[in-house]
Amino acid sequence: MIRFDRVRKELAGKTVLDGVSFEVRRGETFVIAGPSGAGKSVTLKHMVRLMTPDDGQVFVGSEKISNATGEELERIRAKFGYLFQGGALLGWLTVRENVALPLRERTDLEDRAIAERTDRMLRLVGLEEDGDKRPAEISGGMKKRAGLARAIVRDPEIVLYDEPTSGLDPVTARRIDALISRMGRELGVTSVVVTHDLQSALSIGTRIALLQDGGIVEVADPQGFIRSPRREVQDFLASQFITKKGPWERNGQ
Amino acid sequence: MITREPEYFAPSLNRLGRIGRRVLFILRDIGRAVMLLGSALLGVRFVLRRRSRQEVVSQMFVYGIRSLGVITVVALFTGMVLALQTGIELRKFSQEVNIGTAVMVSMMREMGPFMTGLILAACVGSAMAAQLGTMTVSEEIAALEMMSIDPVRFLVMPRLVAMTIMTPLLAFYTCIMGVVGGGVVGMTQLGVSWTAYIENATRYADLKDLYVGMLKAGLFGVIITIVSCHEGFAATEGAVGVGYATRRAVIVCFLLILVVGYFVTRMFYL
Repeated sequence: MIRFDRVRKELAGKTVLDGVSFEVRRGETFVIAGPSGAGKSVTLKHMVRLMTPDDGQVFVGSEKISNATGEELERIRAKFGYLFQGGALLGWLTVRENVALPLRERTDLEDRAIAERTDRMLRLVGLEEDGDKRPAEISGGMKKRAGLARAIVRDPEIVLYDEPTSGLDPVTARRIDALISRMGRELGVTSVVVTHDLQSALSIGTRIALLQDGGIVEVADPQGFIRSPRREVQDFLASQFITKKGPWERNGQ
Repeated sequence: MITREPEYFAPSLNRLGRIGRRVLFILRDIGRAVMLLGSALLGVRFVLRRRSRQEVVSQMFVYGIRSLGVITVVALFTGMVLALQTGIELRKFSQEVNIGTAVMVSMMREMGPFMTGLILAACVGSAMAAQLGTMTVSEEIAALEMMSIDPVRFLVMPRLVAMTIMTPLLAFYTCIMGVVGGGVVGMTQLGVSWTAYIENATRYADLKDLYVGMLKAGLFGVIITIVSCHEGFAATEGAVGVGYATRRAVIVCFLLILVVGYFVTRMFYL
């Protein structure tokens, strides 16, 4: 569904991605884990051409998004929903207006249909009571949930999550994890999650990739990931107090 | 695409290299600002759509009506100072009754649009740059692009239309307030009656002065919007970057208002 082919990217004189290649399969929840500054968000931004590779290609389906511009780029981007780190809600609109924005601006739906769909999304993320609040009046977790509602309001095929649980308390973080799992299960969307929270990665990921020192060190399912013999993986697991014995559990299982 | 990747340039080795790079940056910024203006003008064809219409009216209120207080005070005192300074000199020749002409012509040709431009650059330009800068660093602009919403059409075009309409209106209001301020000083300090002051002010006022003044004000509105939005979109590195963008927007607006004001005057009066 999404394929990175030897992508290389240099930022501020530092090689962030150095020939990165991997593939995200349709319907899976692919987690890109790694320490801060490893280039996880940069990788995510390449998937929607918010950044372009210095070398290599990024494919969405059979289309090369790394070269796309204008209407072609718009068409490819329409397949995506993107949850930004801070939610990226527009401050002067209410939560409901934020969620409705893509429908108002990019579809010909009537007001009633937009309202119905918006309310359905708010219910899905548990914000039905908070639709009339402005982003400044809600918590960080609620902003992320509102951002998620906006990301999925146009039924995207792929949802990208940039650090969905960072800065949240453990209870809210697990709630967001549950939502991400639900997206895959109930809506059948392909999810790509970037996180440094390994607990979260192991909980929601179908496959987990470890990005470190400009390259993908390991790609495996959660069981395979924690049993990986790679030193980098074990060091990363140890840094988050996760051992081969646990503790971690699959979300909803 | 408005969202830009962080730029990195290796440190230049010598003074010539630094100057050359500076010149290139200025040319690059001019090019980007001109492209932004072009895109915003192309977006004007959508101005009658419901959301755009609402947004234009909202921006006219936020940036125009809310600036009325400060504009009133500045305009009144500008007129008062003009009247006082010219009146003191004219009184030496017993010609203080002519302060009306001096105030009216100065306000319409130069001071009205100029003071309005500077006030709006400081109040509105800084607010625009800070708002768009904050939106840029908090990824709201990227979010708009991800939703296939053109940030120029969504954010810049309504501001451009609102400012192009409001700046001449506010400049006209500044002229009126300036003339009123001058009249007050004429009456209270120089012994010129209100009727004589107004009669003198309107007798020599030329319609061309009004047109040129309003043209200047309109241009200032375009300059403030485009420079401030461009600086806002170029903001990087969090709060520090937003502060830097805001400062740059105000400085560039001030300079361009002075330069453009001079050339428009030269074009119409020389």
